[in-house]
Amino acid sequence: MSSGRAIVITSGKGGVGKTTTTANVGAALAKRGRRVALVDTDIGLRNLDLVLGVEKRIVFDLVEVVEGRCQLRQALIRDKRLPTLALLPAAQTREKEAVGEEQMKGVIDALAESNDYVLIDCAAGIEHGFRMAIAGAREAIVVTTPEISAIRDADRVVGKLTQAGLPLRLIINRVRPEMVKSGDMLSVDDVCDVLSAELLGIVPDDEEVIDTTNRGEPLVLDETKRLTAIYDKIARRLDGEAVPFTSLATPSFFGRLFTMWKAG
Amino acid sequence: MLEFLKKLFLPPERSSETAKERLRVVLLSDHLSLAPETVEALKRDLLEVISKYVEIDPAHADVTFEQREREVAMLANVPITGIRERPRPTAPRTEEPSPSPQLVAPTVDAPQAAADEPPAAALAPEEEAAVASAPQAQEKQPPPTRASYAGAPRRRRRKKTVALQGPAPG
Repeated sequence: MSSGRAIVITSGKGGVGKTTTTANVGAALAKRGRRVALVDTDIGLRNLDLVLGVEKRIVFDLVEVVEGRCQLRQALIRDKRLPTLALLPAAQTREKEAVGEEQMKGVIDALAESNDYVLIDCAAGIEHGFRMAIAGAREAIVVTTPEISAIRDADRVVGKLTQAGLPLRLIINRVRPEMVKSGDMLSVDDVCDVLSAELLGIVPDDEEVIDTTNRGEPLVLDETKRLTAIYDKIARRLDGEAVPFTSLATPSFFGRLFTMWKAG
Repeated sequence: MLEFLKKLFLPPERSSETAKERLRVVLLSDHLSLAPETVEALKRDLLEVISKYVEIDPAHADVTFEQREREVAMLANVPITGIRERPRPTAPRTEEPSPSPQLVAPTVDAPQAAADEPPAAALAPEEEAAVASAPQAQEKQPPPTRASYAGAPRRRRRKKTVALQGPAPG
């Protein structure tokens, strides 16, 4: 009997911000008191541990859990800053084929029993790693950027998720409002139109992400960061609140810089 | 100087428009992963089936594909030249045209009967309200769950997408 929501975070293309999104949405939910388990399914190329800053605390991993060499709770790394946030890390020295779809489903179901949210960080691509990552999920978040290559890949993923019967929502990452305004970047509406998907969040491009990733601190832990409010809003929308999207359109030339960060 | 004036007065070239158009074309071909031979065979069979029922002009029949939201739509434009005297259905129809109200179970009676009545009678405001609040009508609603966007309005942006369609790629 599972109670928590298992949500896969996927994109098709690599490098669009899946892992950063997983870490920050997960941390934002945990800030709200939700019990959150993050699962890194990118076997061989794990990174969620680095983004969360828990890389030195890994003892066991997903593959060892699946192979029965440790208990699930032994492999979970609890966050020291957010007591309701935990990570199940991927194996770094194994192949993706080490975990099958049924095994993955078993792990996700077990995590969903004791958590409100299970966020599954998916590997890039649409092959075995993708099928494994979506196997235990009931919903999906598709992360994309307003670039045609990312959107084309997201479109493939949206098709595959729809085929699998998973409801999905979209996070458009690395939006640059000033470029959208000048017509040099696809707008949020354009992206939603092309993908015919419901919007969950708009995240502006911000160097804060690089800075906080360098330090291994999810940026939502710092209330002074510009993007914190945006990830908090995404967490509230996931929680079922109707949080309106602030328009990226700027009222005046001078107001542009100030309104840039209010989106999301 | 001319460049400067151009920059000042002409609207800049919008690369987002180019991106949108390129994306539209590439997604169309991504979605339509049918081989050309398959499309031809489909067209042939389709016209054959239609000609069982009506007389058509196959020379001027046109079958095209068009991007519509998540799906690719097939559009058939087939000139009908006449009605066949005796349609040639492949299998005899076994089902009744519409069940008589007396044979329907009581729970489904209200909406079913209202739908079957002629428009003038069915459109009385009281009756409409009755149908809307009938238990059957309510049962059709998906139960409210936390994953309440399961039935997200994925087709809500129809107007804009139509605008995106433009001419069919070659």
